[in-house]
Amino acid sequence: MLILECPYCGVKAEETELQPGGEAHLKRFGPGSSPEDFEAYMFARKNPKGVHFERWRHAYGCGKWFLAARCTATLEVFGTYPAQSPEPPADLVNKIKAKRPEWKGWK
Amino acid sequence: MKRYSVFAIAREALRYHTGWERAWRSPDPKPAYDAIIIGAGGHGLATAYYLGKNHGITNVAILEKGWLGGGNSGRNTTIIRSNYLQDSSSAIFEKARSLYETMSQDLNYNVMFSPRGLLMLAQTHHEARGYKRTVHANRLQGVATEWISPQEVKKLVPIINIDGPRYPVLGAQYQARGGTARHDAVNWGYARACSDMGMDVIQNCEVTAIRSENGMVTGVETTRGAISCKKLGIVVAGHSGVLAEMAGFRLPIESMALQALVSEPIKPCIDVVVMANTVHGYISQSDKGELVIGGGTDGFNNYTQRGSFQHIEETLRALIETFPIISRVKMLRQWGGIVDMTGDRSPIISKTPLGNCFINCGWGTGGFKAIPGSGWAMAELVAKGEPGPLAAEFDMWRFKEGRFIDESVAAGVAH
Ligand SMILES: Cc1cc2nc3c(=O)[nH]c(=O)nc-3n(C[C@H](O)[C@H](O)[C@H](O)COP(=O)(O)OP(=O)(O)OC[C@H]3O[C@@H](n4cnc5c(N)ncnc54)[C@H](O)[C@@H]3O)c2cc1C
Ligand SMILES: [Zn+2]
Repeated sequence: MLILECPYCGVKAEETELQPGGEAHLKRFGPGSSPEDFEAYMFARKNPKGVHFERWRHAYGCGKWFLAARCTATLEVFGTYPAQSPEPPADLVNKIKAKRPEWKGWK
Repeated sequence: MKRYSVFAIAREALRYHTGWERAWRSPDPKPAYDAIIIGAGGHGLATAYYLGKNHGITNVAILEKGWLGGGNSGRNTTIIRSNYLQDSSSAIFEKARSLYETMSQDLNYNVMFSPRGLLMLAQTHHEARGYKRTVHANRLQGVATEWISPQEVKKLVPIINIDGPRYPVLGAQYQARGGTARHDAVNWGYARACSDMGMDVIQNCEVTAIRSENGMVTGVETTRGAISCKKLGIVVAGHSGVLAEMAGFRLPIESMALQALVSEPIKPCIDVVVMANTVHGYISQSDKGELVIGGGTDGFNNYTQRGSFQHIEETLRALIETFPIISRVKMLRQWGGIVDMTGDRSPIISKTPLGNCFINCGWGTGGFKAIPGSGWAMAELVAKGEPGPLAAEFDMWRFKEGRFIDESVAAGVAH
């Protein structure tokens, strides 16, 4: 069972408390943007087999959105951080690099 | 290839079954092919089969990283139906369903197609309205479905509880020629037919890179060496994103786990397929007597072919309410597959930004039923370089242009 630590309330929440929200750090595009940008934001996904950054909500806890780094091939959790982060924190990125030397980075 | 027949069984019985030959060859890869298909699931194998049968292209290799049929095509709950809402969906699914009717004869392989009838229960008023609308659409499309009353449901499914407190059965959408087939046999039958046409089905051969020159595909690198090809078809379901990255583009697809389970074998008690989409559960009984049960997908990206326990619980909770008789049946096995979910829950059969490279994916939770139709359409695309009428609307650019084929009601949870 997947367990993620909520970065706000510190609860080690198990899957039934959480709501998945898909790929994190997407750049938003709104009305007036090009079809390519809009498609990239709405539909195109990295969907990697490996390190994935994603949005989660502590739905049956504090109710807040947060972000998590997880491996989709092994279900290993690397860490969680607040939803307001424009990019993954450097210490988390370094931790992942140390564990997965072949990883090409989060972009 | 020696034909399978009642005479063959008699002949082999008389000589201690020493004369059966291998169903397909296991060749080493050649240095080059006219066409390479990546992925020996049902869709990849059917694509290769129709490349040979409909278009005369037989210098073909089908490359499989594991064993053939080891992906979703060997992990599904084998439901076959074509009662979709949108015209382009019902055209390809009905093409597939009608090809299932004669598949055993066409392939000389018993795929155990069993058009036993399929019910999609309406358990909310919203759902009832939606299914009535689909029945009307199906009538215009020439797909035989009907709306039936709760009493008719009860007659077809005596073990059902039609007046449960939370989700009473308000009626059902019924497709009398929907049903099931044996998934392994579909994969094996196509593999045998492809091998017989001279194609190479190469297992334990993982594609690790896609080679191209001036925007045109030239071949692949694999765990068994580099192989060149004039045309490439990517048909890898849950791994579509991984292969698309090798080919240099991104897809509107997320890979997630979908689970199924079977019970201990019990006496025959249900001879149709019942789907209950509001509560995310569906059920049929195999010839061995096992109840074959499935539910909804997990919500997060996952490549592990293992799903979350609470989804099994959800599915069973719903089914027990609808079929109280099964509440004490023991479950035997449970497993997962990685399904490729697109943004509009409809598949992609498309050219790609890379020249002579084509992709067939996005069948998600419901592509077993589509295997022959999808192979038919994909073979046409690979052979001619342009989609035929079946595939035309399923291109990957529809997401940019807003031409969605919105089946999320019908295909998002249902199989
Ligand atoms: C639990 C479950 C229940 C389902 N129930 C139903 C149902 O009742 N009815 C229905 O219609 N559909 C159902 N489906 C969906 C259906 O199984 C799939 O849509 C369909 O089987 C997809 O077939 P495919 O050939 O595209 O993919 P797969 O059968 O998954 O084949 C893809 C193949 O590609 C191979 N591959 C991947 N990467 C590489 C690589 N790099 N190199 C070489 N090979 C590679 C894989 O090993 C795999 O064998 C269900 C799915 C699941 C998981
Ligand atoms: Zn919290």
